[in-house]
Amino acid sequence: MARITASVYTSHVPAIGAAIDHGKTAEPYWQPVFAGYDFSKQWMKDNRPDVIFLVYNDHATAFSLELIPTFAIGTAAQFKPADEGYGARPVPTVIGHPELASHIAQSVIQDDFDLTIVNKMDVDHGLTVPLSLMCGQPQAWPCPVIPFAVNVVQYPVPSGRRCFALGQAIRRAVQSYDEDLKVQIWGTGGMSHQLQGPRAGLINAEWDNRFLDRLIADPAALSQVPHIEYVREAGSEGIELVMWLIARGAMADVAGGKPPVVRHRFFHVPASNTAVGHLILENAQ
Amino acid sequence: MALQKPYLDVPGTTIFDAEQSRRGYHLNQFCMSLMKAENRQRFKADERKYLDEWPMSEEQKQAVLARDLNRCMALGGNIYFLAKVGATDGLSFQQMAGSMTGMTEAEYRAMMIAGGRSPEGNRYVGEDGDAQAHRQPQGAAGRAARGENAAGRKD
Repeated sequence: MARITASVYTSHVPAIGAAIDHGKTAEPYWQPVFAGYDFSKQWMKDNRPDVIFLVYNDHATAFSLELIPTFAIGTAAQFKPADEGYGARPVPTVIGHPELASHIAQSVIQDDFDLTIVNKMDVDHGLTVPLSLMCGQPQAWPCPVIPFAVNVVQYPVPSGRRCFALGQAIRRAVQSYDEDLKVQIWGTGGMSHQLQGPRAGLINAEWDNRFLDRLIADPAALSQVPHIEYVREAGSEGIELVMWLIARGAMADVAGGKPPVVRHRFFHVPASNTAVGHLILENAQ
Repeated sequence: MALQKPYLDVPGTTIFDAEQSRRGYHLNQFCMSLMKAENRQRFKADERKYLDEWPMSEEQKQAVLARDLNRCMALGGNIYFLAKVGATDGLSFQQMAGSMTGMTEAEYRAMMIAGGRSPEGNRYVGEDGDAQAHRQPQGAAGRAARGENAAGRKD
């Protein structure tokens, strides 16, 4: 039986990808950001999953305004890193897991979540920057990845409550897969940031840290927070944080199991326009 | 019944909702076309000619030509789409974001290193934070508008 072993949460700032790709990680500006992931890289080596279910958002890369799926699951055999206007990132092609992805799609749709199934898509920094942060610069990513794209570009994005419930459905789907697979679920994006208008550059470290506290200890209550609080307190793009609730909803305690173990917690301001937050939660054995 | 829009009282912020998306459809799809290197070259060679291939309003075209991102957003542009224009110009996301505040690149970068813009006074329209309408533009552009020098004193 497949099972979810851990969840990982991290920001996915494009400038972090550029810093890695251009060899700037040791510069004084970037060093504190990457130091926060030293533990995580070792943890990934020690706890290599068989599959990563990676929740992220597309930034007007694979999806233009022609098509705006709220929830899209990638069922392809592979996904190419996208050219976002600066040339594609020099990172490995993302190998998918079509069998598990299709199984999850079928199970979750039968569980009343209307997913869009995507058999061809390039993946942007939203997906590849978290992989780089957690895995460094390998020749190939350590395992197959199932991309799960959430619309956070055009308002309204899905509510935190909906995301949290979706995570629970994903957990049920994974657990009903016969093959014995260790699956990690990652929630990415955030933390507080605003990229537009005279309020660009907004950072709310206090709110972000309270978000981390609540995500760990009381995710059900956190999932009730309305969109407007994210926008007002964490900036217009801080609303990406609803994606973290999908990963959190898939953890064992939400289904009546033991509380997760907090293996790592990190917060830093700034990376470009954004507050960087990062958590690793393990399900108790 | 009108759509619920609880976000209209957030200062200095345009939420890209269904209405803005309708207004900006062709503007954003023009931006999207710049994902292709060949289109970037054609746009750079003759911006006006390239824009005229799109059913955009004259106002939208002028805002793009002026690289006035605040105006582009008011006319339905979305920042992730407008970023394709910035990428074509060789700008980073931080340079693009900063350009919407009136601050110089160095001023904006310094604000971020110092912890970013505080939410204090910037949560609701009508407070007195630095993102409020009555305090625009910020930074160097604001000082120039007020006839002040870099130290904030009148010359």
